[in-house]
Amino acid sequence: MCNFFGSLGNRCIYVLCDLGRMGIFLFYSLTGIFKRPFRGQELLKQLRFIGAGSLTVIFFTALSSGMVLGLQGYYSLSKFGAEGMLGSAVSLTLIMELGPVLTALMVTGRAGSAMCAELGIMRISEQVDALECMAIDPFRFLISPKVLATIIALPLLTAIFDVVGIWGGYLAGVKLMGVNGGAYFSGMVRSVTDHDINLGMTKSFVFALLVAWVCCGRGYFVQQIRGAGFGAESVSKVTTQAVVISSISVLIFDYLLTAVLL
Amino acid sequence: MDTQSETVIEFSQVVKTFGQWEKQHTVLDHATFGIPTGKTTVIAGGSGQGKSVILKLILGLLQPDSGSIHVGNKDITQLSYQELQQVRMSFGVLFQGAALFDSLTVFENIALPLKERTKLSTVQIKEKVLATLDQLELNGHEDKFPAQLSGGMKKRVGLARALQLDPDIVLFDEPTTGLDPVMTQEIYELFSSTHKRLGYTAVIVSHDIPKVFDLADQIILLNKGEIDIFQDPGDIVHSQKNAIREFAQKTLGL
Repeated sequence: MCNFFGSLGNRCIYVLCDLGRMGIFLFYSLTGIFKRPFRGQELLKQLRFIGAGSLTVIFFTALSSGMVLGLQGYYSLSKFGAEGMLGSAVSLTLIMELGPVLTALMVTGRAGSAMCAELGIMRISEQVDALECMAIDPFRFLISPKVLATIIALPLLTAIFDVVGIWGGYLAGVKLMGVNGGAYFSGMVRSVTDHDINLGMTKSFVFALLVAWVCCGRGYFVQQIRGAGFGAESVSKVTTQAVVISSISVLIFDYLLTAVLL
Repeated sequence: MDTQSETVIEFSQVVKTFGQWEKQHTVLDHATFGIPTGKTTVIAGGSGQGKSVILKLILGLLQPDSGSIHVGNKDITQLSYQELQQVRMSFGVLFQGAALFDSLTVFENIALPLKERTKLSTVQIKEKVLATLDQLELNGHEDKFPAQLSGGMKKRVGLARALQLDPDIVLFDEPTTGLDPVMTQEIYELFSSTHKRLGYTAVIVSHDIPKVFDLADQIILLNKGEIDIFQDPGDIVHSQKNAIREFAQKTLGL
């Protein structure tokens, strides 16, 4: 019994320490964005990696989601003779829900895991220590450009996802199933408001912060994560953990934000 | 002895333990010693005895459980992050694995401290880095990435980077680990020449005993939490501490 409470207490202390560590990490990551000298070139490099590099996967995910929505929407709406509502259904679903969530999940898998692994390897090979020993702030130098690039790139990728998805829905609904093209677009224009677009963009901003925070934080603290092991094994385990935690956080925050902002 | 005027780093009653509860392991138990200014101090001991921990404590990368560590006249255990950064400006560090940045070329690695910590122009940085590359016989390798270098060359690049800001104190963490005897000798010669030329205070952590003792003005031996200081390797056998004598018998056959 004593052992049980002992290990429970130990576990609680570890979780609290971890949360505290991650909270301080978020604070330094955000303040590092405003510290001089600015790392403009590094920011552009990260934007290229996180943003431009994710375009292909975002394009195909959006196209597939939009086309599936177009087909399923047509199937469901035609039962009530409401095919004209297809544009509204597809665009609202994409802009408010699927766009931000799927973009965040795709970026987590592609760029978040890479950021986590990169920082983890830099940590275990003492490169982060080397920066500190040269009195170079690792947050300003390494982490803040990644966080800022994710915050800039994710809403833009979400916007591209929305446009491609709506176009996919048009292909499936209008070109394949024969829904009237004018009805598709006029339904979209009538039903989508600024509030819906703001909701989608707010979500994608929050998801960007979550993904960058969790992925960079896990990589940075790779040696302090219990049960992760050592060396290359610790980086692989922590990278997996970062992707899982980011993805779950995105899904939980998706519900919370929808409940609060809708 | 007036330690304040002669030592640049001063450990006073430093305790450092790792692990929790029954798994707790004391690496430094009330360690007290000084590192003399401008001299070479070798810290030796078996694996896991706390040699690298001393370096991390000096750099402020680890905090002691108790005791104080003075660098110059500042107790680094009491400093804020910003103040610690200022103290770190006086250090150069050669890490065990050189800790070069994988994604940067040799030139970019060496230029990094100059670019980040000085106001030198790009032309001045280029001149300084090329001069260092020349001194360390690394000409023609400036565009290579660390993964394309041999172990010895990585150490040389690491040393070049550590010396870029003309530090007062240079810390060497196992500078010859993983190198063949020829390369080891080369690193020692490089150390001797740079030390003679620049006159920095050197702290070398190594288990390359007794060879590394040839470089030492002072030797700090660690074993099983005990610590002893010698000016001459021949004095080790006269240590009053059992763990140190035991270590000397095993490693030096004294």
